[in-house]
Amino acid sequence: MGIGSDHEHGPRSCCQIEGAAAAPALVPRWVCGVKAIAAGNVPLVSTRLDWRDRRDAWKIRWGIGRMRSAVIPGLYGAGDPDAQSPVLVTANYKLTFDCLRRELGGLSAWILVLDTRGINVWCAAGKGTFGTEELLARLQAVALEQVVSHRRLLIPQLGAVGVAAHEVGRRSAFRVVYGPVRAADIQAFIKSGYRATPAMRRIDFPLRERLALATLELVQALKWFMVILLILLLRDAVATRLFSGRFLIAGLPFLAAIVVGTILVPILLPWIPGRSLAWKGWLCGAALTAAGITVSGLSLSAGLVFLLLLPPISSFLALNFTGSTTYTSLSGVLKETRIALPLLGVSFLAGVVLSLVHI
Amino acid sequence: MGFTYLQNVSTLDLQEGKCTGCAMCLTVCPHEVFRLAGNKVEIADRDACMECGACQRNCPAGAIRVRAGVGCAYALLYSRLKGRPEPVCGQEDAGCGSVGGGDNTACC
Repeated sequence: MGIGSDHEHGPRSCCQIEGAAAAPALVPRWVCGVKAIAAGNVPLVSTRLDWRDRRDAWKIRWGIGRMRSAVIPGLYGAGDPDAQSPVLVTANYKLTFDCLRRELGGLSAWILVLDTRGINVWCAAGKGTFGTEELLARLQAVALEQVVSHRRLLIPQLGAVGVAAHEVGRRSAFRVVYGPVRAADIQAFIKSGYRATPAMRRIDFPLRERLALATLELVQALKWFMVILLILLLRDAVATRLFSGRFLIAGLPFLAAIVVGTILVPILLPWIPGRSLAWKGWLCGAALTAAGITVSGLSLSAGLVFLLLLPPISSFLALNFTGSTTYTSLSGVLKETRIALPLLGVSFLAGVVLSLVHI
Repeated sequence: MGFTYLQNVSTLDLQEGKCTGCAMCLTVCPHEVFRLAGNKVEIADRDACMECGACQRNCPAGAIRVRAGVGCAYALLYSRLKGRPEPVCGQEDAGCGSVGGGDNTACC
């Protein structure tokens, strides 16, 4: 697993890390010290993100170098942790790890990083890599019983998808306490005696998060836009026997349909009428296509081609956004996929056929 | 802000006879699907269920059944194309995070 971008090459003299707890060969730049305990030396992490962490986050959001985003699993510390300090369990996805340590300023805590193959807590819990077995194995590997005197493990609430609290209690000395959904609430949760308010337990999907995920959807959809451009270029070349830049203008409506499905629908998600995401995407796509046809004064038949071709693109991309949302279920996605896909396919094919006739 | 998805699709099933009222499902559910009624749990809002499976996994009494999975069309189509039985997150070159793990991060 590549870890290149998170690690400086060559060990730093001040931060040589060895011992049973964690032994990365190269010291990550966000390690700011070492805590010596009986079980070995534990790296202490900075609770401040620097510009490189923000750059990493930005790159991941835009789909650049997303493979290199894993933290070495094991035990870490924040502040000046001792035998009474809380143990926070997290995933080894760099963004998740950054998101947690950023919230730990002024707190002394242990951070137990599970090997989730560089995937965030929720997704990894769904796969089972953030799960009971990995947690039990990691407790053993870092000899946590010798590190802390208490027996409490703080697991992010969304990790409950993969971790069975009663099983961890039965098969280890530790007891699972489910913390808040968001790392931002962790200090308030600890201060209130490990009690969560209802708001801490609820997952929402605010605009900021919808936008962050939408950018990635757009980047991935742009690959398909290149295919569309190529087809338009070839169509022009066949029809006119010469190459021109016209295909770029012909591609604009398709780009608009992609932006509608990947960006506009996520932004307007709570306000677009209906429940199905495929429907929301189709509705937005159709509305904008209709507006475009009206403004540009296209003929009825040309307008119909666009109405058949474009909304299915927006709809399909909006349907794919189900994977980014925090509230769609497998059964729901199965249902709307089963209904929407054939309709979208028929509409798109009819659009293609009609456009060929139209030429 | 409340988001509502399709109605009457969730496979969530609570066997109240087995329920011990420990309320662990209330703790782990991020959508307030359950509520405590006396010394038992009951389903308060089935349509809010996203079938993540956290309640099923953390019910010591085995009183909850749900077809747990990811509500992700991409994962669904990908697994169909590859002939896999059920969609999961993080498949090789799947749309979301796969190796990098981007999806559903919200933040953490």
